Amino acid sequence: MGSNKINAAYDNEETTDARKKAAELGLTNEDLVSMYEVMVEIRHFEEMATTLYGLGKVHGTMHLSIGQEAVAAGAGFTLQDKDYLINHHRGHGHFIASGADVNKMMAEFLGKETGFCHGRGGSMHIADVTANNLGAQGIVAAQIAMAPGVGIAIKMRKTDQVALVIFGDGAANRGVFLESLNMSSIWDLPVVYLCENNHYGMSAEVGRVSGKVPFKDRAEALGIPGYFIDGNDVLAVYEFMKNAFSHARSGSGPVFVETETYRILGHSKSDRNLYRTKDEINQWKEKDPIIRFRDLLLEADIITVKQVDEIEKKMAKVIEDAVEFAENSPEPNIEDVMEWVYA
Amino acid sequence: MPEITFRQAIHDALVEEMRRDSSVFLIGEDIGTYGGAFGVTAGILDEFGRDRVWETPISEETIVGSAVGAAIVGMKPIAEIMFMDFLTLVLDPLANQAAKVRYMFGGKATVPMVVRMPSGSGTGAAAHHSQSLETILMHIPGLKVVAPSTPYDAKGLLLSAIRDPNPVCFVEHKLLYKTKGEVPNGEYTIPLGVADIKREGTDLTIVTSEIMVHKSLSAAEDVSKEGISVEILDPRTLLPLDVDTITNSVMKTGRLLVVHEAVKTAGWAGEIMASVSESPAWDYLDAPMRRLTGKDVPIPYNRFLERAAVPQEEDIVREIQAIVSNQY
Repeated sequence: MGSNKINAAYDNEETTDARKKAAELGLTNEDLVSMYEVMVEIRHFEEMATTLYGLGKVHGTMHLSIGQEAVAAGAGFTLQDKDYLINHHRGHGHFIASGADVNKMMAEFLGKETGFCHGRGGSMHIADVTANNLGAQGIVAAQIAMAPGVGIAIKMRKTDQVALVIFGDGAANRGVFLESLNMSSIWDLPVVYLCENNHYGMSAEVGRVSGKVPFKDRAEALGIPGYFIDGNDVLAVYEFMKNAFSHARSGSGPVFVETETYRILGHSKSDRNLYRTKDEINQWKEKDPIIRFRDLLLEADIITVKQVDEIEKKMAKVIEDAVEFAENSPEPNIEDVMEWVYA
Repeated sequence: MPEITFRQAIHDALVEEMRRDSSVFLIGEDIGTYGGAFGVTAGILDEFGRDRVWETPISEETIVGSAVGAAIVGMKPIAEIMFMDFLTLVLDPLANQAAKVRYMFGGKATVPMVVRMPSGSGTGAAAHHSQSLETILMHIPGLKVVAPSTPYDAKGLLLSAIRDPNPVCFVEHKLLYKTKGEVPNGEYTIPLGVADIKREGTDLTIVTSEIMVHKSLSAAEDVSKEGISVEILDPRTLLPLDVDTITNSVMKTGRLLVVHEAVKTAGWAGEIMASVSESPAWDYLDAPMRRLTGKDVPIPYNRFLERAAVPQEEDIVREIQAIVSNQY
């Protein structure tokens, strides 16, 4: 029977002093503020997504990452332009944190021609291959099967790139999880596996559907260094991702980083939260990664209350502008429905 | 022209393209020292090393998934799935990623990859190593499906498949590996999507592929003694289908028989017949269109049962005679 709870100590130390931690990680105060800004930007994007849905402006569904912004920001700040990102369906945050244009993201979300995928992909398939963002897959764990191939390409070209593949706890129970980690392990491929354990694969609580959690032990069993860290501590995420990238970039092979976080909203729009309690959700709201980081920055005098307000307003405006851009953008031409089936 | 085997033709295409283009690499099970289950890749590891020949664990889904990942970032992977039956294990990366990422990413991704898969019955390998599943692949927009019948076609089509910017499934009937045919020295390619008339005739068109081309050619030779002139048309590429060449042939002969080894129900014979029925060739038909296919059954082990499960030369002869004499 699956264990009921994730009951393991984190491999990271809790960040309590932002200045001290930043000095260790080589981050400037400006870096910290921009990390915070990105987290706020993601939150506004996701909140706007629910608003637009409520207004009936969204044709399809969506998978939102409210509560998981620290994972996105920590990973996004590690990723260099030359590195590849291979993502999953709950991927808005990772794309924003890796520098994607929110106007094009919002346009894609509304199915417009100006979107990243010209309205063909939608929320679940945002991609920008020219910027090494290899897109998000809607089949859970499909991206995990693709990752060794990207690692092979890097190895054959002898570059110092890294392939970052992001997936959830649900994907860790797919068969390709073993196939992919094993292949990357035997060939020392430059792949960083980032497991975003948000406790639920749709309604399936991770402990109920997994023989053993955390999953890092599975990586260790395949010869891959595995870490289990607090995914709501953005500087801890950054620290472990930075080390993982250095390891992979140096030719030492893959690394597995599991970040514990929590999906505050439902799986998608059909979710009525029947499988969990309000208390549980509220307990995790107390651990909100954005509030945690804000308080750390305030305590360390890296940011002022006034700045916090300004960032809030600035990011709200960025997202409102994105909506305006998207709403003013044309729909794709119906005559072009067959375009891009074949190259 | 020198005569070489079908196996050698495929081997040569792989080697020549790997020499020409350093982004081409092989990925699959037992493709190194073993040379692949059918010996196609023998010796390639020695020439190119492990940097170009990625010999994998038994992990089909991740073999093809990795091919997709490598192709998106500009490599040209050639994956080998040991038996076409294992298509069931790789349908997700093939159907949901390889075939769709270009479209769903708004034309921004290109997936230049080939998946080689040995098909067909006749080796006593029973139900898990004998299937002909081409139709499943033909039902997925974004894929191309190539199924050669001769060494000449195999080499020219494989070179085109590797150079094609789309995911191409390359189907190799395992009974063809030992067959021989003329293949010129030096490079040549055969465009995808172009059918070939393997025998010209005036009384009946047979559309057929892979091993059934050879059985149909023998049958055509037999009935020629009775004065029946059969045209044999090999689509060579099943997706996209060269419908024009098929309808032109039917307009000439007025009769159509489709022969394939795959099972009958929802097999590609139905697609050919539907394409003809909605074309101007319909008005030229002198007899109902017919299909001769594998029976709707898993491939059995026993040699007599196995033979009975798929069309044989004598079945094709009987069917030709029935159609031209209006006794179907």
